[in-house]
Amino acid sequence: MSGAYLALSYWDVALAALFLLVNAGLSFWLQLGLGRQLTVAAARMVVQLLLIGLLLKTVFDLASPWLTAGVGLAMIGFATREVWARQERRLKGAWGFALGGGAMAFAATLVIVVGLATLIQPDPWWTPRFALPLFGMILGNALTGVSLGLDTLSATLDRERRAVEAQLLLGATRWQAVRPVTRRALRSGMMPIINAMAATGVVSLPGMMTGQIVSGVEPTEAVKYQLLIMFLIAGATALGVLLAVLGAVRRLTDRRHRLRLDRLRATQP
Amino acid sequence: MLTVEGLRAANLGPIDLTLGDREILALRGPSGAGKSLLLRAIADLDPNEGRVALDGTDRDTLPAPAWRRRVAYLPAESGWWADRVAEHFQEPDAARPRVRALGLPADALDWSVARLSTGEKQRLALVRALEQDPRVLLLDEPTSALDPEAAAAVEAAIREQRDNGRAVLLVTHDRKQAERLADRTLAIAKGRLSGEAGS
Repeated sequence: MSGAYLALSYWDVALAALFLLVNAGLSFWLQLGLGRQLTVAAARMVVQLLLIGLLLKTVFDLASPWLTAGVGLAMIGFATREVWARQERRLKGAWGFALGGGAMAFAATLVIVVGLATLIQPDPWWTPRFALPLFGMILGNALTGVSLGLDTLSATLDRERRAVEAQLLLGATRWQAVRPVTRRALRSGMMPIINAMAATGVVSLPGMMTGQIVSGVEPTEAVKYQLLIMFLIAGATALGVLLAVLGAVRRLTDRRHRLRLDRLRATQP
Repeated sequence: MLTVEGLRAANLGPIDLTLGDREILALRGPSGAGKSLLLRAIADLDPNEGRVALDGTDRDTLPAPAWRRRVAYLPAESGWWADRVAEHFQEPDAARPRVRALGLPADALDWSVARLSTGEKQRLALVRALEQDPRVLLLDEPTSALDPEAAAAVEAAIREQRDNGRAVLLVTHDRKQAERLADRTLAIAKGRLSGEAGS
Protein backbone atom coordinates (compact mmCIF):
# COMPACT_ATOMS: atom_id res chain seq x y z
CA MET A 1 0.00 0.00 0.00
CA SER A 2 1.41 3.33 -0.98
CA GLY A 3 -1.29 5.50 0.57
CA ALA A 4 -4.21 5.37 2.95
CA TYR A 5 -7.68 4.58 1.68
CA LEU A 6 -9.82 7.71 2.02
CA ALA A 7 -13.36 6.90 3.16
CA LEU A 8 -16.17 8.96 1.63
CA SER A 9 -19.09 10.37 3.55
CA TYR A 10 -22.62 10.36 2.07
CA TRP A 11 -22.33 14.13 2.05
CA ASP A 12 -19.33 13.89 -0.35
CA VAL A 13 -21.37 11.67 -2.65
CA ALA A 14 -24.32 14.04 -2.59
CA LEU A 15 -22.07 16.99 -3.48
CA ALA A 16 -20.72 15.02 -6.46
CA ALA A 17 -24.28 14.74 -7.72
CA LEU A 18 -24.48 18.55 -7.86
CA PHE A 19 -22.91 18.60 -11.34
CA LEU A 20 -25.62 16.28 -12.56
CA LEU A 21 -28.31 18.45 -11.00
CA VAL A 22 -26.87 21.51 -12.75
CA ASN A 23 -27.03 19.58 -16.01
CA ALA A 24 -30.60 18.53 -15.41
CA GLY A 25 -31.50 22.14 -14.63
CA LEU A 26 -29.88 23.31 -17.88
CA SER A 27 -31.79 20.65 -19.76
CA PHE A 28 -35.11 21.86 -18.36
CA TRP A 29 -34.18 25.46 -19.12
CA LEU A 30 -33.11 24.66 -22.74
CA GLN A 31 -36.04 22.23 -23.13
CA LEU A 32 -33.77 19.41 -24.27
CA GLY A 33 -36.16 16.87 -22.78
CA LEU A 34 -33.26 15.06 -21.13
CA GLY A 35 -33.78 16.33 -17.60
CA ARG A 36 -36.32 13.68 -16.71
CA GLN A 37 -34.29 10.86 -18.23
CA LEU A 38 -31.13 12.05 -16.47
CA THR A 39 -32.88 12.29 -13.13
CA VAL A 40 -34.57 8.90 -13.42
CA ALA A 41 -31.35 7.19 -14.54
CA ALA A 42 -29.40 8.79 -11.70
CA ALA A 43 -32.09 7.84 -9.16
CA ARG A 44 -32.11 4.25 -10.44
CA MET A 45 -28.35 4.09 -10.14
CA VAL A 46 -28.45 5.38 -6.55
CA VAL A 47 -31.11 2.86 -5.48
CA GLN A 48 -29.57 -0.10 -7.33
CA LEU A 49 -26.06 0.54 -6.03
CA LEU A 50 -27.20 1.19 -2.44
CA LEU A 51 -29.15 -2.06 -2.48
CA ILE A 52 -26.31 -4.08 -4.02
CA GLY A 53 -23.94 -2.51 -1.49
CA LEU A 54 -26.17 -3.68 1.38
CA LEU A 55 -26.63 -7.10 -0.22
CA LEU A 56 -22.89 -7.58 -0.78
CA LYS A 57 -22.13 -6.45 2.78
CA THR A 58 -24.56 -9.04 4.13
CA VAL A 59 -23.20 -11.81 1.86
CA PHE A 60 -19.60 -10.95 2.76
CA ASP A 61 -20.39 -10.88 6.51
CA LEU A 62 -22.24 -14.21 6.45
CA ALA A 63 -19.48 -15.83 4.34
CA SER A 64 -21.61 -18.85 3.47
CA PRO A 65 -20.69 -20.95 0.43
CA TRP A 66 -24.38 -21.67 -0.26
CA LEU A 67 -25.36 -18.02 -0.14
CA THR A 68 -22.43 -17.15 -2.42
CA ALA A 69 -23.48 -19.85 -4.87
CA GLY A 70 -27.09 -18.63 -4.68
CA VAL A 71 -26.08 -15.07 -5.57
CA GLY A 72 -23.98 -16.46 -8.43
CA LEU A 73 -26.98 -18.42 -9.70
CA ALA A 74 -29.19 -15.34 -9.54
CA MET A 75 -26.58 -13.45 -11.59
CA ILE A 76 -26.63 -16.26 -14.17
CA GLY A 77 -30.41 -16.02 -14.26
CA PHE A 78 -30.40 -12.27 -14.96
CA ALA A 79 -27.65 -12.68 -17.58
CA THR A 80 -29.56 -15.48 -19.32
CA ARG A 81 -32.66 -13.34 -19.53
CA GLU A 82 -30.57 -10.55 -20.98
CA VAL A 83 -29.08 -12.83 -23.69
CA TRP A 84 -32.61 -13.97 -24.55
CA ALA A 85 -33.94 -10.42 -24.71
CA ARG A 86 -31.13 -9.19 -26.95
CA GLN A 87 -31.86 -11.69 -29.78
CA GLU A 88 -33.87 -10.34 -32.67
CA ARG A 89 -34.62 -13.84 -33.98
CA ARG A 90 -34.16 -16.39 -31.22
CA LEU A 91 -34.45 -20.16 -31.23
CA LYS A 92 -37.92 -21.49 -30.60
CA GLY A 93 -38.93 -22.92 -27.24
CA ALA A 94 -36.56 -23.58 -24.35
CA TRP A 95 -33.56 -23.48 -26.70
CA GLY A 96 -33.91 -19.69 -26.84
CA PHE A 97 -32.94 -19.52 -23.14
CA ALA A 98 -30.97 -22.67 -22.64
CA LEU A 99 -28.35 -22.48 -25.35
CA GLY A 100 -27.06 -18.93 -24.81
CA GLY A 101 -27.54 -19.06 -21.04
CA GLY A 102 -26.00 -22.51 -20.71
CA ALA A 103 -22.94 -21.68 -22.80
CA MET A 104 -22.37 -18.44 -20.91
CA ALA A 105 -22.91 -19.99 -17.45
CA PHE A 106 -20.67 -22.97 -18.21
CA ALA A 107 -17.81 -20.84 -19.54
CA ALA A 108 -18.02 -18.21 -16.79
CA THR A 109 -18.28 -20.78 -13.99
CA LEU A 110 -15.40 -22.88 -15.31
CA VAL A 111 -13.14 -19.84 -15.62
CA ILE A 112 -14.03 -18.31 -12.23
CA VAL A 113 -13.54 -21.62 -10.40
CA VAL A 114 -10.17 -22.25 -12.05
CA GLY A 115 -9.16 -18.61 -11.56
CA LEU A 116 -10.06 -18.55 -7.86
CA ALA A 117 -8.87 -22.02 -6.91
CA THR A 118 -5.53 -22.00 -8.72
CA LEU A 119 -4.52 -18.39 -9.42
CA ILE A 120 -5.92 -15.87 -6.94
CA GLN A 121 -6.30 -18.48 -4.16
CA PRO A 122 -8.21 -16.62 -1.45
CA ASP A 123 -8.96 -18.70 1.65
CA PRO A 124 -11.49 -20.28 1.30
CA TRP A 125 -11.36 -20.22 -2.51
CA TRP A 126 -15.02 -19.13 -2.83
CA THR A 127 -14.59 -16.07 -0.56
CA PRO A 128 -17.49 -13.88 -1.77
CA ARG A 129 -15.42 -10.66 -1.66
CA PHE A 130 -13.35 -12.09 -4.54
CA ALA A 131 -15.77 -14.50 -6.17
CA LEU A 132 -18.81 -12.29 -6.73
CA PRO A 133 -17.28 -9.11 -8.22
CA LEU A 134 -15.02 -11.16 -10.49
CA PHE A 135 -17.89 -13.43 -11.53
CA GLY A 136 -19.93 -10.33 -12.36
CA MET A 137 -17.21 -8.94 -14.62
CA ILE A 138 -16.67 -12.27 -16.37
CA LEU A 139 -20.38 -12.94 -16.80
CA GLY A 140 -21.09 -9.41 -18.06
CA ASN A 141 -18.50 -9.68 -20.82
CA ALA A 142 -19.51 -13.23 -21.76
CA LEU A 143 -23.11 -12.00 -21.95
CA THR A 144 -22.21 -9.30 -24.49
CA GLY A 145 -20.18 -11.73 -26.60
CA VAL A 146 -22.72 -14.56 -26.58
CA SER A 147 -25.67 -12.35 -27.45
CA LEU A 148 -23.78 -10.64 -30.29
CA GLY A 149 -22.56 -13.98 -31.64
CA LEU A 150 -26.01 -15.59 -31.59
CA ASP A 151 -27.70 -12.53 -33.05
CA THR A 152 -25.19 -12.32 -35.91
CA LEU A 153 -25.55 -16.04 -36.60
CA SER A 154 -29.34 -16.03 -36.95
CA ALA A 155 -29.47 -12.77 -38.91
CA THR A 156 -26.70 -13.85 -41.31
CA LEU A 157 -28.09 -17.35 -41.85
CA ASP A 158 -31.45 -15.82 -42.66
CA ARG A 159 -29.92 -13.39 -45.14
CA GLU A 160 -27.52 -15.92 -46.70
CA ARG A 161 -30.03 -18.74 -46.82
CA ARG A 162 -29.80 -19.22 -50.59
CA ALA A 163 -26.01 -19.25 -50.57
CA VAL A 164 -25.94 -21.84 -47.77
CA GLU A 165 -28.49 -24.05 -49.49
CA ALA A 166 -26.66 -23.74 -52.82
CA GLN A 167 -23.62 -25.28 -51.16
CA LEU A 168 -25.67 -28.01 -49.51
CA LEU A 169 -27.17 -28.82 -52.92
CA LEU A 170 -23.72 -29.24 -54.42
CA GLY A 171 -22.90 -31.85 -51.79
CA ALA A 172 -21.36 -29.76 -49.00
CA THR A 173 -21.87 -30.94 -45.41
CA ARG A 174 -23.75 -28.63 -43.05
CA TRP A 175 -20.50 -27.56 -41.36
CA GLN A 176 -18.86 -26.72 -44.69
CA ALA A 177 -21.90 -24.84 -45.94
CA VAL A 178 -22.23 -22.63 -42.85
CA ARG A 179 -18.51 -22.10 -42.28
CA PRO A 180 -18.35 -18.47 -43.51
CA VAL A 181 -21.48 -17.58 -41.53
CA THR A 182 -20.13 -19.32 -38.42
CA ARG A 183 -16.85 -17.49 -38.73
CA ARG A 184 -18.63 -14.15 -38.99
CA ALA A 185 -20.76 -14.89 -35.91
CA LEU A 186 -17.71 -15.97 -33.87
CA ARG A 187 -15.80 -12.87 -34.90
CA SER A 188 -18.68 -10.58 -34.01
CA GLY A 189 -19.04 -12.23 -30.59
CA MET A 190 -15.35 -11.85 -29.78
CA MET A 191 -14.84 -8.38 -31.24
CA PRO A 192 -15.81 -6.39 -28.07
CA ILE A 193 -13.31 -8.23 -25.86
CA ILE A 194 -10.59 -8.02 -28.54
CA ASN A 195 -11.20 -4.28 -28.81
CA ALA A 196 -11.24 -3.92 -25.03
CA MET A 197 -7.88 -5.69 -24.72
CA ALA A 198 -6.34 -3.60 -27.51
CA ALA A 199 -7.57 -0.27 -26.15
CA THR A 200 -7.08 -0.88 -22.44
CA GLY A 201 -4.45 1.27 -20.77
CA VAL A 202 -4.14 3.52 -23.84
CA VAL A 203 -7.62 4.88 -24.27
CA SER A 204 -8.93 4.24 -20.77
CA LEU A 205 -7.84 2.75 -17.48
CA PRO A 206 -10.03 -0.21 -16.58
CA GLY A 207 -12.49 0.41 -13.76
CA MET A 208 -11.16 -2.28 -11.47
CA MET A 209 -7.59 -1.10 -11.81
CA THR A 210 -8.62 2.50 -11.21
CA GLY A 211 -10.50 1.37 -8.11
CA GLN A 212 -7.49 -0.48 -6.76
CA ILE A 213 -5.15 2.44 -7.43
CA VAL A 214 -7.53 4.87 -5.73
CA SER A 215 -7.73 2.56 -2.70
CA GLY A 216 -3.95 2.73 -2.40
CA VAL A 217 -2.65 -0.35 -4.25
CA GLU A 218 0.65 0.09 -6.15
CA PRO A 219 -0.10 0.65 -9.86
CA THR A 220 2.19 -2.25 -10.84
CA GLU A 221 0.25 -4.57 -8.51
CA ALA A 222 -3.05 -3.25 -9.84
CA VAL A 223 -1.83 -3.91 -13.40
CA LYS A 224 -1.05 -7.54 -12.58
CA TYR A 225 -4.56 -8.00 -11.19
CA GLN A 226 -6.07 -6.30 -14.18
CA LEU A 227 -4.12 -8.48 -16.62
CA LEU A 228 -5.22 -11.61 -14.82
CA ILE A 229 -8.84 -10.49 -14.88
CA MET A 230 -8.70 -9.53 -18.56
CA PHE A 231 -7.28 -12.96 -19.43
CA LEU A 232 -10.04 -14.66 -17.43
CA ILE A 233 -12.69 -12.47 -19.05
CA ALA A 234 -11.34 -13.04 -22.56
CA GLY A 235 -11.06 -16.78 -21.96
CA ALA A 236 -14.60 -17.08 -20.66
CA THR A 237 -16.01 -14.91 -23.45
CA ALA A 238 -14.23 -16.86 -26.18
CA LEU A 239 -15.33 -20.19 -24.74
CA GLY A 240 -18.92 -19.03 -24.21
CA VAL A 241 -19.19 -17.57 -27.72
CA LEU A 242 -17.73 -20.72 -29.28
CA LEU A 243 -20.08 -23.04 -27.39
CA ALA A 244 -23.16 -20.91 -28.06
CA VAL A 245 -22.49 -20.34 -31.77
CA LEU A 246 -21.53 -23.95 -32.53
CA GLY A 247 -24.51 -25.17 -30.52
CA ALA A 248 -26.81 -22.85 -32.46
CA VAL A 249 -25.33 -23.98 -35.80
CA ARG A 250 -26.02 -27.55 -34.77
CA ARG A 251 -29.57 -26.67 -33.79
CA LEU A 252 -30.20 -24.69 -37.01
CA THR A 253 -29.11 -27.60 -39.19
CA ASP A 254 -29.90 -31.30 -38.91
CA ARG A 255 -28.40 -34.74 -39.48
CA ARG A 256 -29.60 -34.79 -43.07
CA HIS A 257 -27.55 -31.63 -43.65
CA ARG A 258 -30.52 -29.32 -44.01
CA LEU A 259 -30.81 -25.69 -42.98
CA ARG A 260 -33.54 -25.52 -40.31
CA LEU A 261 -34.53 -21.87 -40.08
CA ASP A 262 -37.99 -23.13 -39.10
CA ARG A 263 -36.43 -23.58 -35.64
CA LEU A 264 -36.10 -19.79 -35.31
CA ARG A 265 -38.96 -17.67 -34.07
CA ALA A 266 -40.38 -15.15 -36.51
CA THR A 267 -39.01 -11.63 -36.23
CA GLN A 268 -40.79 -9.55 -33.63
CA PRO A 269 -42.90 -6.82 -35.24
CA MET B 1 -34.48 -44.84 -62.04
CA LEU B 2 -35.98 -42.43 -59.46
CA THR B 3 -38.83 -43.80 -57.37
CA VAL B 4 -40.92 -41.65 -55.02
CA GLU B 5 -43.49 -43.33 -52.76
CA GLY B 6 -45.72 -41.63 -50.23
CA LEU B 7 -43.54 -38.53 -50.04
CA ARG B 8 -44.91 -35.98 -47.57
CA ALA B 9 -43.64 -32.65 -46.32
CA ALA B 10 -45.30 -29.53 -44.94
CA ASN B 11 -48.07 -28.57 -47.42
CA LEU B 12 -47.08 -31.42 -49.72
CA GLY B 13 -48.18 -34.93 -50.53
CA PRO B 14 -48.52 -37.78 -50.37
CA ILE B 15 -46.74 -37.95 -53.72
CA ASP B 16 -45.97 -41.06 -55.76
CA LEU B 17 -44.05 -40.87 -58.99
CA THR B 18 -41.41 -42.65 -60.99
CA LEU B 19 -38.90 -41.18 -63.37
CA GLY B 20 -37.35 -43.49 -65.92
CA ASP B 21 -33.93 -43.56 -67.58
CA ARG B 22 -33.65 -40.98 -70.33
CA GLU B 23 -36.96 -39.45 -69.38
CA ILE B 24 -37.94 -35.80 -69.10
CA LEU B 25 -40.97 -35.43 -66.87
CA ALA B 26 -42.54 -31.99 -66.77
CA LEU B 27 -44.43 -30.77 -63.74
CA ARG B 28 -46.97 -27.99 -64.18
CA GLY B 29 -49.25 -26.21 -61.78
CA PRO B 30 -50.29 -22.81 -60.50
CA SER B 31 -48.09 -20.76 -58.14
CA GLY B 32 -48.13 -22.19 -54.64
CA ALA B 33 -49.19 -25.64 -55.89
CA GLY B 34 -46.13 -27.25 -54.32
CA LYS B 35 -43.86 -27.68 -57.36
CA SER B 36 -40.77 -26.32 -55.65
CA LEU B 37 -41.70 -28.03 -52.37
CA LEU B 38 -41.73 -31.37 -54.20
CA LEU B 39 -38.28 -30.79 -55.70
CA ARG B 40 -36.93 -29.65 -52.31
CA ALA B 41 -38.39 -32.73 -50.63
CA ILE B 42 -36.86 -35.09 -53.21
CA ALA B 43 -33.48 -33.35 -52.71
CA ASP B 44 -34.00 -33.84 -48.94
CA LEU B 45 -33.66 -30.12 -48.33
CA ASP B 46 -36.77 -29.86 -46.13
CA PRO B 47 -37.92 -32.33 -43.47
CA ASN B 48 -40.01 -35.01 -45.21
CA GLU B 49 -41.27 -38.57 -44.90
CA GLY B 50 -41.71 -41.31 -47.44
CA ARG B 51 -39.52 -43.49 -49.60
CA VAL B 52 -37.27 -42.04 -52.27
CA ALA B 53 -34.85 -44.31 -54.13
CA LEU B 54 -32.42 -44.03 -57.01
CA ASP B 55 -31.77 -47.21 -59.02
CA GLY B 56 -33.08 -49.25 -56.09
CA THR B 57 -30.85 -47.53 -53.49
CA ASP B 58 -32.89 -45.93 -50.72
CA ARG B 59 -32.11 -42.28 -50.07
CA ASP B 60 -31.92 -42.91 -46.33
CA THR B 61 -28.99 -45.31 -46.77
CA LEU B 62 -26.87 -42.53 -48.25
CA PRO B 63 -25.48 -39.46 -46.47
CA ALA B 64 -27.44 -36.41 -47.65
CA PRO B 65 -24.44 -34.77 -49.42
CA ALA B 66 -23.87 -37.96 -51.48
CA TRP B 67 -27.58 -38.09 -52.36
CA ARG B 68 -27.59 -34.47 -53.51
CA ARG B 69 -24.58 -35.03 -55.74
CA ARG B 70 -26.54 -37.77 -57.52
CA VAL B 71 -29.91 -36.05 -57.53
CA ALA B 72 -29.11 -32.43 -58.31
CA TYR B 73 -31.73 -29.77 -57.55
CA LEU B 74 -31.44 -26.42 -59.28
CA PRO B 75 -33.63 -23.84 -57.50
CA ALA B 76 -35.32 -21.10 -59.50
CA GLU B 77 -33.15 -18.54 -57.73
CA SER B 78 -29.54 -19.57 -57.42
CA GLY B 79 -27.30 -18.91 -54.43
CA TRP B 80 -23.74 -17.58 -54.54
CA TRP B 81 -21.36 -17.51 -51.61
CA ALA B 82 -18.05 -16.14 -52.94
CA ASP B 83 -17.13 -12.94 -54.78
CA ARG B 84 -15.96 -14.40 -58.08
CA VAL B 85 -17.88 -16.77 -60.33
CA ALA B 86 -14.97 -19.18 -60.77
CA GLU B 87 -14.76 -19.77 -57.00
CA HIS B 88 -18.08 -21.59 -57.23
CA PHE B 89 -16.71 -24.20 -59.62
CA GLN B 90 -14.48 -27.15 -58.85
CA GLU B 91 -12.77 -26.97 -62.25
CA PRO B 92 -13.58 -23.65 -63.90
CA ASP B 93 -11.60 -24.41 -67.05
CA ALA B 94 -13.45 -27.66 -67.66
CA ALA B 95 -16.74 -25.75 -67.34
CA ARG B 96 -15.96 -23.18 -70.06
CA PRO B 97 -17.29 -25.16 -73.06
CA ARG B 98 -20.65 -25.60 -71.30
CA VAL B 99 -20.75 -21.91 -70.39
CA ARG B 100 -20.24 -21.04 -74.06
CA ALA B 101 -22.87 -23.57 -75.16
CA LEU B 102 -25.43 -21.77 -73.02
CA GLY B 103 -24.78 -18.51 -74.87
CA LEU B 104 -22.48 -16.90 -72.31
CA PRO B 105 -18.97 -15.66 -72.98
CA ALA B 106 -16.40 -18.18 -71.74
CA ASP B 107 -14.78 -15.49 -69.59
CA ALA B 108 -18.04 -15.15 -67.62
CA LEU B 109 -16.30 -17.45 -65.15
CA ASP B 110 -13.79 -14.68 -64.44
CA TRP B 111 -16.47 -12.12 -63.62
CA SER B 112 -17.56 -11.04 -60.18
CA VAL B 113 -20.90 -12.41 -59.02
CA ALA B 114 -22.14 -8.87 -58.38
CA ARG B 115 -22.27 -8.04 -62.09
CA LEU B 116 -24.28 -11.13 -63.14
CA SER B 117 -27.86 -10.68 -64.32
CA THR B 118 -30.56 -13.05 -63.10
CA GLY B 119 -30.50 -14.93 -66.42
CA GLU B 120 -26.71 -15.26 -66.34
CA LYS B 121 -26.86 -16.57 -62.80
CA GLN B 122 -29.51 -19.09 -63.79
CA ARG B 123 -27.39 -20.50 -66.62
CA LEU B 124 -24.16 -20.52 -64.63
CA ALA B 125 -25.93 -22.33 -61.79
CA LEU B 126 -26.99 -25.02 -64.28
CA VAL B 127 -23.38 -25.47 -65.41
CA ARG B 128 -22.31 -25.61 -61.76
CA ALA B 129 -24.88 -28.31 -60.98
CA LEU B 130 -23.78 -30.39 -64.00
CA GLU B 131 -20.18 -30.38 -62.73
CA GLN B 132 -21.22 -32.99 -60.15
CA ASP B 133 -22.26 -35.36 -62.96
CA PRO B 134 -25.63 -36.11 -61.33
CA ARG B 135 -27.87 -39.00 -62.38
CA VAL B 136 -31.09 -37.02 -61.98
CA LEU B 137 -31.71 -33.32 -62.53
CA LEU B 138 -34.48 -31.52 -60.66
CA LEU B 139 -34.87 -28.23 -62.52
CA ASP B 140 -37.07 -25.46 -61.13
CA GLU B 141 -38.09 -23.13 -63.99
CA PRO B 142 -34.60 -23.10 -65.52
CA THR B 143 -35.55 -20.66 -68.32
CA SER B 144 -37.83 -18.27 -66.42
CA ALA B 145 -35.45 -15.30 -66.65
CA LEU B 146 -34.14 -15.97 -70.17
CA ASP B 147 -34.79 -14.50 -73.60
CA PRO B 148 -35.98 -17.00 -76.28
CA GLU B 149 -32.49 -17.54 -77.67
CA ALA B 150 -30.93 -18.32 -74.31
CA ALA B 151 -33.95 -20.45 -73.36
CA ALA B 152 -33.45 -22.51 -76.53
CA ALA B 153 -29.80 -23.08 -75.57
CA VAL B 154 -30.85 -24.29 -72.11
CA GLU B 155 -33.51 -26.56 -73.62
CA ALA B 156 -30.87 -28.05 -75.92
CA ALA B 157 -28.64 -28.66 -72.90
CA ILE B 158 -31.51 -30.42 -71.11
CA ARG B 159 -32.11 -32.67 -74.12
CA GLU B 160 -28.41 -33.46 -74.27
CA GLN B 161 -28.46 -34.51 -70.63
CA ARG B 162 -31.42 -36.79 -71.32
CA ASP B 163 -29.63 -38.29 -74.33
CA ASN B 164 -26.61 -38.96 -72.13
CA GLY B 165 -28.77 -41.16 -69.91
CA ARG B 166 -29.92 -38.76 -67.21
CA ALA B 167 -33.45 -38.34 -65.99
CA VAL B 168 -34.93 -34.85 -65.66
CA LEU B 169 -37.81 -33.58 -63.57
CA LEU B 170 -38.65 -30.17 -64.96
CA VAL B 171 -40.90 -27.64 -63.27
CA THR B 172 -42.23 -25.17 -65.82
CA HIS B 173 -45.00 -22.63 -66.15
CA ASP B 174 -44.72 -22.76 -69.91
CA ARG B 175 -47.07 -25.32 -71.52
CA LYS B 176 -45.29 -25.04 -74.86
CA GLN B 177 -41.94 -25.73 -73.22
CA ALA B 178 -43.40 -28.81 -71.58
CA GLU B 179 -44.70 -29.99 -74.94
CA ARG B 180 -41.36 -29.34 -76.63
CA LEU B 181 -39.22 -31.09 -74.04
CA ALA B 182 -41.13 -33.57 -71.94
CA ASP B 183 -41.95 -37.22 -72.50
CA ARG B 184 -44.75 -36.90 -69.93
CA THR B 185 -46.34 -34.00 -68.08
CA LEU B 186 -47.87 -34.20 -64.62
CA ALA B 187 -50.10 -31.58 -63.08
CA ILE B 188 -49.79 -30.59 -59.43
CA ALA B 189 -52.29 -28.64 -57.35
CA LYS B 190 -52.58 -28.04 -53.61
CA GLY B 191 -49.55 -30.21 -52.92
CA ARG B 192 -50.81 -33.30 -54.76
CA LEU B 193 -50.29 -34.70 -58.22
CA SER B 194 -53.52 -34.53 -60.13
CA GLY B 195 -52.72 -36.87 -62.98
CA GLU B 196 -51.25 -36.71 -66.43
CA ALA B 197 -51.69 -33.44 -68.23
CA GLY B 198 -51.20 -34.82 -71.72
CA SER B 199 -47.85 -35.52 -73.32
